[in-house]
Amino acid sequence: MASGGKVLAFRNLTLGYDRHPAVHHLHGEVPAGDMLAVCGPNGAGKSTLLKGIMGALRPLSGGIELAGLSPRDVAYLPQAAEVDRSFPISVYDLVSMGLWRRTGLFGGVGRADHRRIEEAIAAVGLAGFEMRPIGTLSGGQMQRSLFARLLLQDARLILLDEPFTALDAATVADLVALVERWNAESRTVLAVLHDFELVRRHFPRTLLLARTPVAWGATGEVLSDGNLRRARQMCEAWDEGAAICAPERAA
Amino acid sequence: MTVYDALIGPFAEFDFMRRALVGVLAIAVGAGPVGVLLMLRRMSLTGDAMAHAILPGAAVGFLAAGLNLFAMTVGGLVAGFTVALGAGAVARATEMKEDAALAAFYLVSLALGVLLVSLRGSNVDLLHVLFGTVLALDDATLLLIVGISTVSMLILAVLWRPLVLECVDPGFLRSVSRAGAPSHLVFLMLVVLNLVGGFHALGTLLAVGMMMLPAAAARFWARDLTAIVLISTLVAAASGVVGLLVSYHFGAPSGPAIILVAGVGYALSVLFGPVGGLLPRFVPRRHLEA
Repeated sequence: MASGGKVLAFRNLTLGYDRHPAVHHLHGEVPAGDMLAVCGPNGAGKSTLLKGIMGALRPLSGGIELAGLSPRDVAYLPQAAEVDRSFPISVYDLVSMGLWRRTGLFGGVGRADHRRIEEAIAAVGLAGFEMRPIGTLSGGQMQRSLFARLLLQDARLILLDEPFTALDAATVADLVALVERWNAESRTVLAVLHDFELVRRHFPRTLLLARTPVAWGATGEVLSDGNLRRARQMCEAWDEGAAICAPERAA
Repeated sequence: MTVYDALIGPFAEFDFMRRALVGVLAIAVGAGPVGVLLMLRRMSLTGDAMAHAILPGAAVGFLAAGLNLFAMTVGGLVAGFTVALGAGAVARATEMKEDAALAAFYLVSLALGVLLVSLRGSNVDLLHVLFGTVLALDDATLLLIVGISTVSMLILAVLWRPLVLECVDPGFLRSVSRAGAPSHLVFLMLVVLNLVGGFHALGTLLAVGMMMLPAAAARFWARDLTAIVLISTLVAAASGVVGLLVSYHFGAPSGPAIILVAGVGYALSVLFGPVGGLLPRFVPRRHLEA
């Protein structure tokens, strides 16, 4: 798995909104080829962390290091993808956008690319749906086509924000298998997940977050009853009059 | 009256009708796709706002130099670009949404234009600016219109991918590229360019009709983007031709005639369009097996 070197390092990272931290003093490294679940209660800063890694949010303090990766090597599936389902576009064209890294703004889509697009659509079990407008897809089929697009992105680091929410067991099983395949190709996967059973079965390592990191390590140890209780107790309150965070409290 | 007299005669006989024909066809080629993108980006009313923004620029050009193609074009472009860029910049730099910023900018532009025009007084020929002169297109104006359509086609070909992607999934575009914001601005400029091209023929306010009515009509006939663009362009071109003929035979002003024909096309599409039209909705056919 971890095949030497890190892809991602958090250096005493604090991310947040309007100076209020949503991720507080996170410190640690993600080794290359890791398959890391990010867990925690609602409002724990999980999605904020992924946005920070994508560069969509500037750290309030500290930093994020993408070791040896350019931003183009990172693929990101947001929690609620902003796809306009009423737009007149087919599954095939939506999936083909995953080739952006290769084609850029103007590059053509060659015959080999057409084959790759068809393979990606088949890999997520949507063969035969190529020409369907995206407005006619079910929620699960939509998520499958977004995974096909991720597949084409060919990224070294893949960020998934609650990718299996509101999906049936068969769809989740298919998509998890896909994620495991990516990991086997020594891609690094970071997934925000709420289903602890799924995490225990498929994700060797877990970061438990409740704004401040609670625990980070082997999934079995991190997801202990004590840790989970502690994570729940760390309140989600937004304290309007919060004092300025003193550096010595950080350590 | 034979079919020839009704449909072809006017164009064969009169030079000004042939020029008008070339003008409306060129406008259709540019306005068709631009209108579809405006509609799909939920910016249907942006075209109208931009038309109002252009009006004072063109009017100032007219006041400064009379019915001068160059002055009016430059005036319209400057006013349009200022509003588009200013509103775009405010929307990206602050928390204000683009529609609100655009409303603020175009209202200021419009008020400024009305003020300048009323200071000078003369507003008889100003009707030309408002309602266009499609039956009196000279060589220079025709070249301008055709040039604008050509440039629009080229720019759309280059920017098609980011423009479409920014409508479908703006979050994804942001995650793979920084092309979103610049291509959006270039697109707004395309809207201004096409409105300026259209206003010489149809007037500033009606020029939007050539963009939005065919696009709105096309949406009722196809589910595929390419087909929608083609249909929109065809509807725009057909409205131009039929509108010119109606105006010729019945002596109606040509600009409004063209837009009204496009309006009829839109009404028919709402009624009979297979994709979400009224008739298929009220006369449902039996459902399929799977």
